[in-house]
Amino acid sequence: MDTVFTYLYQVGFAVSILVLISLGLALIFGMMKVINLAQGEFLMLGAYFCVLTSSMGAPLWIAIPVAGVLVGLFGVVVERTVIQWLYGRVLDTLLATWGVSLLMIGIVTTVAGPQSHSISSSVGRVVVGGFVVPGWSMVIIAGAVLMLLATYLILRFTNLGLIVRGTMQNPQMARALGTNTSMIYMLTFGFGSALTGLGGALLVPLFGASPTMGGLYIGKAFIAVISGGPLPLIGTMSASGLYGSIDGVMSYLFSPVLGEIIVLLVAIVMLRLLPSGITGGMRKGI
Amino acid sequence: MLWFLFRDFRRPSGERPTVVWWLFVVAVAGVLLVWLPGTLGLAEMLDLSVVFVLALLALSMSFLWGYSGMLSFGQTAYFGLGGYVYAVSAMNLGTTTVPFLLGVLLPMAFALVVGYFIVYGRLSDVYFSVMTLVITLVLNKAVRATSGSQYVVGDVRLGGQNGIPGVPPLQVPWDPATALFIDDVYYLSVILVLVAYVGLRLALASRFGRVLVGVRENEKRLALLGYDPRRYKLGAFVIAGGLAGLSGTMFAVWGNFVAPEMFGLQRAAEVIIWVIVGGKATLIGPIVGVGLIQYLTTWLGTQGVGQVTLVLGIVLIAAVLLFREGLVPTLGTLLLRLTRLRRGDDPNKRDEP
Repeated sequence: MDTVFTYLYQVGFAVSILVLISLGLALIFGMMKVINLAQGEFLMLGAYFCVLTSSMGAPLWIAIPVAGVLVGLFGVVVERTVIQWLYGRVLDTLLATWGVSLLMIGIVTTVAGPQSHSISSSVGRVVVGGFVVPGWSMVIIAGAVLMLLATYLILRFTNLGLIVRGTMQNPQMARALGTNTSMIYMLTFGFGSALTGLGGALLVPLFGASPTMGGLYIGKAFIAVISGGPLPLIGTMSASGLYGSIDGVMSYLFSPVLGEIIVLLVAIVMLRLLPSGITGGMRKGI
Repeated sequence: MLWFLFRDFRRPSGERPTVVWWLFVVAVAGVLLVWLPGTLGLAEMLDLSVVFVLALLALSMSFLWGYSGMLSFGQTAYFGLGGYVYAVSAMNLGTTTVPFLLGVLLPMAFALVVGYFIVYGRLSDVYFSVMTLVITLVLNKAVRATSGSQYVVGDVRLGGQNGIPGVPPLQVPWDPATALFIDDVYYLSVILVLVAYVGLRLALASRFGRVLVGVRENEKRLALLGYDPRRYKLGAFVIAGGLAGLSGTMFAVWGNFVAPEMFGLQRAAEVIIWVIVGGKATLIGPIVGVGLIQYLTTWLGTQGVGQVTLVLGIVLIAAVLLFREGLVPTLGTLLLRLTRLRRGDDPNKRDEP
């Protein structure tokens, strides 16, 4: 029983981490077919905003959403100043966001220093049977589920969600019907950034915040989004489910690095078989 | 004279090199190998050598990106692999000739395997770029994790974060007792860059190179004409991998040291910046780019600015948004226009159909 629980926990935790770090990226990718190479640094910024807000005395449950909102605003600024000039030039967008990533590492290191910051959560440990896990990992699992659910509800049941889905499927038609697609791109980028910021903030109590922390996560996030393909929600859930399971079991049995190497190998073989990702062949859906 | 030369830089593929270009290569070789060394101290020579070592990596990148249309974000994977292969095998075998060759051949073999999956999987632009980056990142992480004493290849500890110090210098193949000194490494790296530059230039003028540029322009049309674009792309990927491996091997020879930073995100970004600043659609541009950016980072270091990444980020964003062509093509265009204005020609008229 304990072994079963251990595996369930490892897999659930690994899947949730993947969802946290890749959902915002997948949303932006689904919308603009662009990978935001600064994804890791958006996570880092979310973590730093969380540390900053809680150091001013705010409790964690306020600091985390505040960090999400601030990173979302930052995303809007980046979209307006850099990315909006590069629509239709996919590779240039990748390069420009890579520039943004370097710039952000440079600025944060200058302002906050190269050292790592951490905050402790008041959530202690959870004991299930004979097995003890840090309570915050339960918060991370809950956070991942909530983020998926909120994205689904917004995209599926709101008016804005309808317009966003329409723009994703056929931007020319959306424009012809009077949608300001540039505004929708901006909002999607902002929303995706906010989700990423939330993810980064949620990671702080376990992993802390440092200027180069982004590099630890982007490999997995890119793999998850590319294997997921163009549909953000189904893609993220299936890819995170697949790679999270592999990663969770392998990390538990051997080491986290071996887990990541195996994930990469599986991803390369998968892409040979499904070059446009798991959801590449699906026409409809989110 | 200059005008002919710039025209040659602007349109290097397809056409055979002109006499002016050959004269230019000989002149540059003369300056770098005969005149310049006499005026340099050893320290300056050491600094300049690394520019030429990294220029090999930049050439590999521009060949792949500018001429084959494949934007690989991860040429550093082959660079780092070359360095580590040379270090580990040279320290195990005690000789350096075979390790030097291995440092080129193993990255090529790795590029063949990786290339098979991503070229034959027909990964599109974004997927290709990001997968190549991920491969480098995972290699970087894997090497970083080898700090324990159980990670040993032969007699050499991989050393994780700390890398492998004390990589032996290159020995003269026919006289193993003599090791290359700082000035010899300078000469070797200059000669390698010249050979790689001329070699790539001639390869691009050959049938293989023309098909490759054709694939960059319109892959479907080439396929309809009966060429298999994937074979040519894979070929280009392997050649570029070998060149990056050579650069990594020379880097290990130059610094007597290899470290996981060779695979790192920062190095990968620098490669892109060299090529985009210099001009990706030329072969000379990236070499100029390496020189400029290396000079800039060194200068920033001495000014105590500290945050080199910040400046590199700004340079990359500005290059993408404002100077897409890069320095050498922009200068070339300007010069072409000036000379034609002076000759009274219409500056916008092209001298080709």
